[in-house]
This record gives sequence, C-alpha cells and structure tokens, in this order.
Amino acid sequence: MLILECPYCGVQCEETELHADGEAHLKRFGPGSSDDEFEGYLFRRENPKGVHFERWRHVNGCGKYFHAARCTATLEVFGTYSAQTLEPPKDLQDKISAKRPGWTWRELKGEG
Amino acid sequence: MSEALLQSALNGAHSDGFVRVEELGVQGMITLRGDFASAGFAAAVEKVTGLALPAQRKISIGENATVAWMSPDELLVLVDYASVDATVAALTEGLAGEHALVANVSDARAFFRLSGDDGAVRDVMAKVAPVDFSPEAFGPGDIRRTRLAQVAGAFWSPEPGVMQVICFRSVAQYAFDLLRISSETGGEVGHLG
Repeated sequence: MLILECPYCGVQCEETELHADGEAHLKRFGPGSSDDEFEGYLFRRENPKGVHFERWRHVNGCGKYFHAARCTATLEVFGTYSAQTLEPPKDLQDKISAKRPGWTWRELKGEG
Repeated sequence: MSEALLQSALNGAHSDGFVRVEELGVQGMITLRGDFASAGFAAAVEKVTGLALPAQRKISIGENATVAWMSPDELLVLVDYASVDATVAALTEGLAGEHALVANVSDARAFFRLSGDDGAVRDVMAKVAPVDFSPEAFGPGDIRRTRLAQVAGAFWSPEPGVMQVICFRSVAQYAFDLLRISSETGGEVGHLG
C-alpha cells in the first residue's frame, strides 16, 4: 500500500484515496509540432526501475493534482510536491541524490 | 423553494445498532471558492458568517453558521435551510470584485448523524473511511473529506460521541445502508473505545 502526503491537504493519503495520473512533467506538443514530438508526447513514457516522478490526484479529498517522487523498485516515497512546477524542487532532488546516487530520469540527473 | 424540495433524501431514515444512525433534515449548504489569501475574501466570509477562515482541515462552528475547509481554495458554509438564499445573496454581494464562486448546493447533499459511545462511533467510521479515527488524530474542530467505502463524503465530530457525515444526495441510500450495516448490533469492534 502506497501512502502519499497530499501537499494541499497535508493528509497522509493511502492509495485508495488517490488516483494515479501517469507520468509527471510531460511537455505538451500540439499543433505545429513535428510528428516525432507529437508521438513522444502522446505515447512515449518512462518505465524506470528506480527513481520515478508521477502525477497523482487526491480524488477522494481536495481534488487537487500533485506530484510524487518515488522508487518503483522499493516503493520508497521520496516526497510529494505541488503540481504548479515544471520540475521537481531542488531540495527533493538533493534528497534523492543522497539516497540514490547517480539517479537519472529523462533529462534530470542526480549528483553522486 | 417549493415544498417538494424541502424533503430530505431519505425522509429521516434511522437505525439503532450499537450506534444510532439518522438522516438529518434539510440543511443549507453553500460551496464557496476563491483565493483565501485575498483580504477581501476573508472579510466577506467573516462579515456574513461571523467566522474567520478555518485553518487547513478545520471546521469553525458558530452560532448561525458553520464554515469548513474543503481544499486550499474551497469552503463549505452551513446555515439554516431557510436562510440559504439570503446567505448566498450576502456572500455574492460581499465578494463582488473578487474572483470567487458562491453556489447553493443544499439540495445536492445528504446529511447524517451518528451518535452513541464515542469509541463505538469512531469504530463505525473506521470501517468505512481510510482515516485514523483515534481521538488524538481526529478530534473536535477537524473535518476530513475522503471516501465512505465507494463514494465521496466528509465528516466531522462536533462533540464526543457524535459524528456528522455529508455526502452527495444521489448516493444517500448507499451511504445510509453502509453506515447502518456497519453499526449493526454484533458488529462491535472495540478498538477505539
């Protein structure tokens, strides 16, 4: 059972109170983009073993979307953060670097 | 309001297991959305309800109104059913110029009350919602918006031994049956009291 803290409510939500909403930080490519960019936006997703960033919705609660960083191999949750951002906050990235030196995710790179 | 709408969803259904479950009558409920950080928003709420904005996951119970925190930009205001229209009008007037929404949702809701031994009431709620119901974690003044088994709901405890539950009117029967079955004699848990 996954337990994530909703950054808007401060509630420790267990999984059934939430809805998984796929990968975090997708950049939308719409009209005017190349076929390759559009295909990537629609279909190509990360499927890492290890550090991953996801979007969740506190559907049985405040209804807000938020982001979560966790490890897909151990289910360890590194933290949750606001959805109003283009990339994970620096302190969270540092925290992940401390636990998983050398992690990478798309264009993001951890230290160590 | 027409007389027909003055009937609550389940016409006051009740059950007496190890906890009493009853459907309360019609209740005025207003959804209020806006920017909590705006001074004009807080001032309008205080002027109409007499209450300051509740803190995160808190509910303020006043003499004529109750204000509950529903999300970082949403409040639920409870008033007498008869005074809903006047309250909506006053809030709308007070919030003129603010980016805000005032909606009368009274007839879209069902309202229940559980009463009995405090621990037993908490045990019943713990059967249906994924929430820590120990008195230290959920006490008077707290409100939680979550799910009741398969439907959305919210609840708070105005005093020990009492839990008030709201849900959508369309699922009133489901919510009542859920609470009734969870409080049937023989189903005592004894974990929280």
